[in-house]
Parts: sequence; C-alpha cells; structure tokens
Amino acid sequence: MKPARFALERPRDLAAALALLAQTPGAAKVMAGGQSLGPMLNLRLAEPELIVDVSGVAELRHAGRDGDAIVYGCCVTHADIEDGRAPDVGPNVMARVASGIAYRAVRNRGTIGGSLAHADPAADWLSSLSALGAEVEIAGPSGRRRLTLPAFVTGALSTALAADEILVGVRVPVMNPSSRFGYVKHCRKVGEFAHAIGAVLIDPETATGRAVFGAVEAPPVVVDDARVLFGGRIRPAFAADFDAPAADGALARAGMADAVDRHIHVEVLRRAAAQAYALLGSPSRPDVRSAA
Amino acid sequence: MSGGRAPLSEGVGARLPRKEDDRLMRGRGEYVGDIRMAGMQDVAFVRSPLAHARIRAIHVPEDCRGRVFTAADLDGVKPIRAVSGLPGFKVSEQPPLAVDKVRQVGELLAICVAPTRAEAEDLATRVTLDLEELPALHDMLAAREPGAALVHEHWGDNVYLETNVNIGIEAAFDAPIKVSRTISTGRQCMAPIEGRGAVVHLDRRLDQLVVHTASQMPHIVRTGLSECLGLEQGRVRIVSPDVGGGFGYKAILLAEEVCLGWLALRCGHPVRWLEDRREHLTANANCREHHYEITVYAERDGTIRGVDCEATVDSGAYSAYPFSACLEAAQVASILPGPYDFPAYRCRTWSVATNKCPILPYRGVARTGVCFALELALDAVAAEAGLAPEVVRLKNLVRPEKMPFDNITKKHFDSGDYPEALTRAVAAIDAAGVRARQAAGEADGRRIGLGLSIYCEQAAHGTSVYSGWGIPMVPGHEQAGARLTPDGGLELRIGAHSHGQGLETTLAQVAHEVLGVPVARTRLVHGDTAMTPYSTGSWGSRVMVMAGGAVATACAELAERARLIGAHLLQADPADVRFEAGRVVGPAGDVGLPEIARIWYLRPQDLPADVNPGGLEVTAGYKPQRDSGTFSYAAHAVVLAVDPMLGEVEILDYVIVEDGGVLVNPMVVDGQIFGGLAQGIGTALLEEMPFDEAGQPLASTLADYLLPGACEVPAPRVDHMETPSPYTRFGVKGIGEGGAIAPPAAIVNAINDALRPLGAQVLRSPATPRRIVEAVLAARGAPEMTRDAA
Repeated sequence: MKPARFALERPRDLAAALALLAQTPGAAKVMAGGQSLGPMLNLRLAEPELIVDVSGVAELRHAGRDGDAIVYGCCVTHADIEDGRAPDVGPNVMARVASGIAYRAVRNRGTIGGSLAHADPAADWLSSLSALGAEVEIAGPSGRRRLTLPAFVTGALSTALAADEILVGVRVPVMNPSSRFGYVKHCRKVGEFAHAIGAVLIDPETATGRAVFGAVEAPPVVVDDARVLFGGRIRPAFAADFDAPAADGALARAGMADAVDRHIHVEVLRRAAAQAYALLGSPSRPDVRSAA
Repeated sequence: MSGGRAPLSEGVGARLPRKEDDRLMRGRGEYVGDIRMAGMQDVAFVRSPLAHARIRAIHVPEDCRGRVFTAADLDGVKPIRAVSGLPGFKVSEQPPLAVDKVRQVGELLAICVAPTRAEAEDLATRVTLDLEELPALHDMLAAREPGAALVHEHWGDNVYLETNVNIGIEAAFDAPIKVSRTISTGRQCMAPIEGRGAVVHLDRRLDQLVVHTASQMPHIVRTGLSECLGLEQGRVRIVSPDVGGGFGYKAILLAEEVCLGWLALRCGHPVRWLEDRREHLTANANCREHHYEITVYAERDGTIRGVDCEATVDSGAYSAYPFSACLEAAQVASILPGPYDFPAYRCRTWSVATNKCPILPYRGVARTGVCFALELALDAVAAEAGLAPEVVRLKNLVRPEKMPFDNITKKHFDSGDYPEALTRAVAAIDAAGVRARQAAGEADGRRIGLGLSIYCEQAAHGTSVYSGWGIPMVPGHEQAGARLTPDGGLELRIGAHSHGQGLETTLAQVAHEVLGVPVARTRLVHGDTAMTPYSTGSWGSRVMVMAGGAVATACAELAERARLIGAHLLQADPADVRFEAGRVVGPAGDVGLPEIARIWYLRPQDLPADVNPGGLEVTAGYKPQRDSGTFSYAAHAVVLAVDPMLGEVEILDYVIVEDGGVLVNPMVVDGQIFGGLAQGIGTALLEEMPFDEAGQPLASTLADYLLPGACEVPAPRVDHMETPSPYTRFGVKGIGEGGAIAPPAAIVNAINDALRPLGAQVLRSPATPRRIVEAVLAARGAPEMTRDAA
C-alpha cells in the first residue's frame, strides 16, 4: 500500500500552481490537506504524475467577509473553523459542523476546499454547505468562475472542476439572524463517515427554508423550497409540521429504492428540523450526532 | 479477595505496574517493522483478485525475471497441511503460491522483491494474470448443499468435517416450552494494531535461516516452516520480537512466511514483508462466522430439559496451521452447554469450506459464538416462560457444591461458584432499578435494555484434550529456564511469548514468590527459539498456568541449590537452614542470593566439595495435576439505550464479575478484561467483513471495517472473585480470553430486552443500526407509505 512514483511541487502562489497544472494536462492532482488524497495515493486509486501541494499558498488559507458572505480559502482547515480562527456565518454554525468531522487529527490537516473537491457524498461540508447555499470559486487559465454546489458536484466523487482548474475558495452567505440551521448525521461510531445526513436552513420570519438529504451515495438531495416538507408552508412551529411521507416521496423520486434507507434518512432530516426549531431563541451548541 | 493469602509486596497477588510498559508506552518497543539489515529488500505479493478461478497463466515480463517468482519457481517447497485426527476430516493443501487454482481473494500468486516496498508494488502491477473465473462460494449454508461448486474438487463436497453427538435429546421432546432460534455471528477480522510481518536472512556462520516474525508461537512456526521448506529444524531459528497484539492472528503459520523463507535462501540477502492493512483485512485475518439453528427445551419454571443444535462454521478455503479448519466447529459441540447443568443434548456441526480466507482462532475462539447462541436462546426461553433472565440462568447454572463437576459433554470443571457471580452482577447493575426506569420510559424516545450473559473459559487444557483433536500441535509439559547471574539477578526463559499479557512482570512476580529476587532484577527472555525451551506458545489462555508453573518449579529447584551452598557458607548443617525470601537463614546468621551467586560463579574455591554441579541454572518442566484445563468464568451485565428509529445503541453501564482463580496481578487481569471487552463490543456492534456474491471482501480499509474506539468503549465496573483451581500452582487459572467472550451476548440480549415491547429482535452480530431498524420496521409491518409531495 505505497503510492506509485509521482513528482511533488509546492508553489508559493496561485499563478504558479495554475501554471503547473497547465504544464501537466490531466496528469496532475491538487493537494490541500491530503486527508483524502493521501489514502487514495497509497491505495493506488489515484496515480498522478504530479502532485501540486497548494497548502503553502498564503492567499488560499485566508477566510474573511466579502459583502454578505464569508469566503473561506480552500486551504482553511476544519480545525480553523472549529476553533473560530475563521469567521462563522452564524452563531456556531460552521464551527459545529467542523467539530464533528472525523477526528481532531484529520481536522488539523483536512481542508474545506479539499473536502468539496473530493466530493465524497458522505462528507460533512458537501451537505451542510448545500443547505447554507454556498458557492465555490474556481480559478483556471481563463480566469475565475463561481458555481453553486449542486452545479459543482456532478456525481459521487466527481465535480465540474476541469483538470487545469483549482477550487480556490467557498462563499457561504452570512445567515439571516432570524434563520436557524439544523444539522444531524447518523454514524455507527464517532469519527466515521455518515450513513445519513440531514441539514436544514429555515427562516420562520420569511417562511422560507432549504433542506438537504446527505450521504445518499450520490450528490446531496437538495430541496430548495423546503415548504413541501412542512405541509406547504413554514410556520413558526415548523418542526411539528414535518411531513415524513412527503420526505420519503422526495427520496424515492431521487432514486433511493431501499425503504429502510429512506426511513433512516427521513428520520435524520426530521431531527435536523427539530434541532433547528429548538435553536429558535437559544443559539446553543447541540451535538452533531443524532441525539433526538 | 477471597483467596485468604497475604501477598508479598511483589509476589503473587501484587498489583504491580507492568515493567514492559516503560518501553512500550514510550514508543521504544522493537517490532519486526523496526528491524533494519544491510542489503535488506522488500517484498510485495501479487494476490488473486478473484475468489475462485482456474489459473491459465501468470505473465511475468522478461525484464522482471529474478525479481518476480511464481509457484513454478518454488522447487521442493511443500504446501501447508493442517490436518486433524478426527475421523472423516478432509485435508486441504495450501500451496505457498497458488498452483492451478485460486480459492480466495488475496491468495498469493507471485513474490515481487525490490529495494523498497513501493518499487516491489510497482513490479507487482507489471505481472498480468490470466484467470478463468469459477463460481464462488460466499455462503456456508449454500456451500453445504449438494451440487454446490467445489473448493477442493477431490473431496466431492465442501465439508472439512461433520460431527454429531446425541446424549438422549429425545427425552426432552415432551417439555412444555420449546424455543427455536436461528442465530448467527458475522465474519470478523481480528485487528491487532501491528499486522503480520517477517524479516528473514541467512546466518552463514550457523547455517541457519533466521526468521524475525511477529508470532505467538515461535517454536511451532519453526516446526511448521521447517517442514514446508524441507529444512532440518536446527537450520531454522525463529525470533519473535515485541509483538503489537496477537489475539490468535499471530498463532498461525502464514504462506507469506514460507515464501519469505524460500526467498531468503534463493536470494542470499535479507528480505522483508510487512503486511499492510488491506492485506490484513482482505486476505488474512478472518474469524468468528458461525450459524446456529438452536432449540432449547424447558420446564415452565425455566429448568432446561435439553438443548438441540445444528451449528455451521464458515472455515474458508484452507485449513490454517496449526489449529486446523475444524477446531472451531468441532469445539462448538463440546462447549455449547457452557456452565449449565442439564440432562439432554444433541449437536451436529459442520466445518464448511468456502472461497473466503481461512477462519483463524480469535480470542475466545468458538466460545464467543456458543455463548452468543445459547445466551440469546435462554433469554428467549425466559420471555416465553414469563421469567426474568437471571431466574432462568440461576435455575440451571452448575451449583458450587457439585464442584469439581463433569458436565454433559464430560468437560471437567475444576472449581467455581457460578450462581454467586451472576447474583453479584445482577445486584451490581441494579436490575430492579433498571426495570423501574424501563417502566417509566425515556423522555428522548429511546428504550432501555438490560442484558446478561455468563460463560466458562476452559484454559491451559493440555495433552489429554488436544491429543484427541490430532492437530499438528499437542501441548505436553511446559519448561522454563531460571538462571541466577553473578550479581544476584535472575533470568527467566520461556518458550511462550508475551505480547500484551504482561508476562515480563507477572512471571517475575511468580519467581519472586518462590525465590525472593526483586521484580526489577528479574528479566524474562522469550520469543527466540535459540534462547528458550520448546513450547507450543501463547494461546488458549495457557501461559500463566503452564509457564507460571514451570517458572515456579525451576525457581524452587534454584532455591534448594542455593540453600545447600548457603548452609556451607554459614558453616551450618543443611538440615538446620531454610530458604526464605531470597536468603538462606541458619541458626547463627544468614546469607543472600547475591553472595551465593557471586561465590558460585567467581569463587568456586569456596564451594562445598559435594556441591550440585548443575549450579545456579535450572530448566524445569511442569504440568498441572490434571491437564483437562482450568475453568475461569464471568457474569456480564449491561444497561444500554436503543434508539429504535435509527438503531443507535449507547452503553450506559457495564458490570463484570469474574473469577480467574488466584490472580497473580489483579491490575494485569483488569487490563485483560478491559481489552477483551473492547473487542467484544466490536463483535457485538461494529465489526463485520461482508462478502459479495462473487466472494469479494467488501471492507478493505478501516473506514469500512469499524473497530471500537475510545468513544465506543465504556469503563466497566469489575468485581473479582478468587476461587483457586485445585490443580494448578498457586491455584491460578487462565483468563486471557474471557473478556471477549461474553459482551456480544450481553449486549444483544440488552438490545432485545429494549426492543421486546415493540415485538422486535436481533439474532445476528454485529447488531448494526441497520439490522435494528429492520427488525423494528418488520415488527411494525411495512414501513411508512410513500406519498407524492411534489
């Protein structure tokens, strides 16, 4: 379980990184924290000729406010977010998701950009950021572009990123103070990749919301208008309105054939909604794991 | 303590910290992976990607010749044969590199050797295989059926061994309660932190093949490896250095070791293979997969009238050396009755060959499976009879006044009070309080469950037991060496191996009890066939009984020799001096071992004329008065919460009441129990190696094969009883495996206790969230209907 031979470059700036990708068309891999790519190299599931390690590019480690969003450089680590070194989009929103990713040793190195670029359906950022309405910023030889997460993720472990492009950052809208975020994942043990994720962003004031079924072995199932899951409207007491059969139907239409799988995902999403409701008026620190 | 002995501060019974931890806990252990030799090259193997296939050809590129070797190159190397003398056993031959056919994913096809492992893996990718896929057997019950594809064609079926015992089961058929269940345990991969590995070189001076390998039984590996390589045993030396956990996985002669031995002779330079986690999970470390059809007959008051069982074990593609493919299933028939006393019994067993890795003995071996089957079935009896689970058990556990007790399968229980252990466990877990909490319900919607299990662990069973199995290894007497050094220190030498058991401390405690040498001045030499007496090694929870007894015997002989020298030095009549706590004490003075040793080695002119010429070095042998084994046991009780909607389980409280006879070091015993519990929790809730229809193992990394971590293992509450064994030195019993035997039964009984009001039950380990949810939904009827919501 040792990697095939590869070359390693550590560019100091983004232009150099992009130039390296352009010089090695299709045979290079960008590495940030290496927490997914490392094992894939060792298992020889990835055999690039060149690894471009962008963790030394200072601008990619930066996080800060830009208008009504926080922009996280791709090399911001989960631990940066967990510990509050990077700003949050709401009270303990991103920090709580980060604190539940794998183990601390992984969070110390693993990055938000690397996680999204890897696009593992069971990973936390893909689902949570889909609920938060995030976009990715992509740099390439012809400039920059932005994509919503549903547009970016094209399948399990597959994205719209071209071989000569780098995911340089993530734009996450700052939450409206009246909105609440619920995030629950179902794991068999602490630190394991999730078997089901439920994420909701609900604003009872505007009666709007978005809901996400994650860890579905495919890109997350995003319900952009969550009212369909709450009896057609978002009331202040929305948690009681959660419509499990409607959620089950949404998953069935998304292709989840197994009834037990659907039951679990529906229940996890129900708990995410209940958690968001419980947070109304009390921005506490709920456990990410699926306590009722 | 009920043993009634006042322990010496460092002797038997002292809670000493482990000496070896000073190096192990600081990361200063020396493992196979730490060994560096000049000119050493690394090996990677080409392994079968298919579970069952005919080998048409293996293409090795011309420029790889001399660096890649296949079965055609292995002239004169014999297959591994682990036979059994049990009538009807069919022999499998496991070639070190596959010939004609592959029978499991991961089977070895070619050896690739290069300066580094990465380069060896590069070589492996250049070998191309031409395999003709055959139907794969991934299901042991299907493999038992007539007409199934054949793993070993010349057998005519896929059964290594079938056994059948019937002790009057017909007498139980009219019992008012008859409970039948299908119960099974998942296939696991035992997972020591350190995998397998070997560094092999040729010592030209001694003309010896020196094999550094992580092994629990260096002497047995020497015997097995010599036979495969066709070498005199004197030409092979096995060194097992620090070993990062064994659990049975390192009690096996691997085909990889045979290949490395051949390769070192062929190449002339040192060669190394270090197993990686994917090899470990997909190609080697399988264990535990049992299937039971069990029926218990009982009276309405819970009295067991009889147990009737058909047990099948998926033994995999080959019979592993030295324990064989049938040890597990055939043992089921003899140990299923556990600690219960009942009059009628029938058990049929099958050891079935499939296209999976060979099944290997894992801590507890068959006991974890039989405990799971019988204890789950007894809870079903209790439910049927409307009795509490402890009531049914107390009704049937062997009574202390019957000790020593021969049970229905002629197992000889040496001592113990099983009802007392269970009663203490039920009291400690506060069963009444738990029942009240259940009645009140939980605010969070979870359901509370209480689970019990109890087992017995036959340990250190010897010649009379193993001669009947007729496997390649039968333990006899155990020897230990003891030598005083000129400065009064003590060296002990044993042929077994310490790899987590703490023997460097506990055997020093045994020696201290007899000889009085400080534990800090005693060192244990083990793990090297060149320096230790022959032994079958560390397995079957046998070392404290066997090597402990041998160390005590050798030290007693040393004490007597020292006493006679001491009498001379004290100018006293030997009849007037005694040996006491490291000193020879006479009527008018005393002399210590350091002085006696100094005179023996450095001033022989001061010795008596008739001194024992053997001096201060002894090798002595030992066997208990009866070698049918010690019986340690424990009652486990657990309270847990089940989330019926998602199947998540949280252990809230865990109590263990154990009786391991006289404990040499209770702290080390606690450590053994904690570690065993962690593994038992893995068996109960997490660990499973699934295979698909093509025989492909589906958990190839530790992201898929889930092991318990710190968050999943609670701190148990442990209560010790100490009923001495009447047959062993100091009354000790073997306890190494027990911690891993009872947890799956206790935990799944607790889950079923929690789910019983819902009408749901889980009868398979691991009890995953998915299996729990399936059981709950099945009990509820069809899952909620889907409705269009768009």
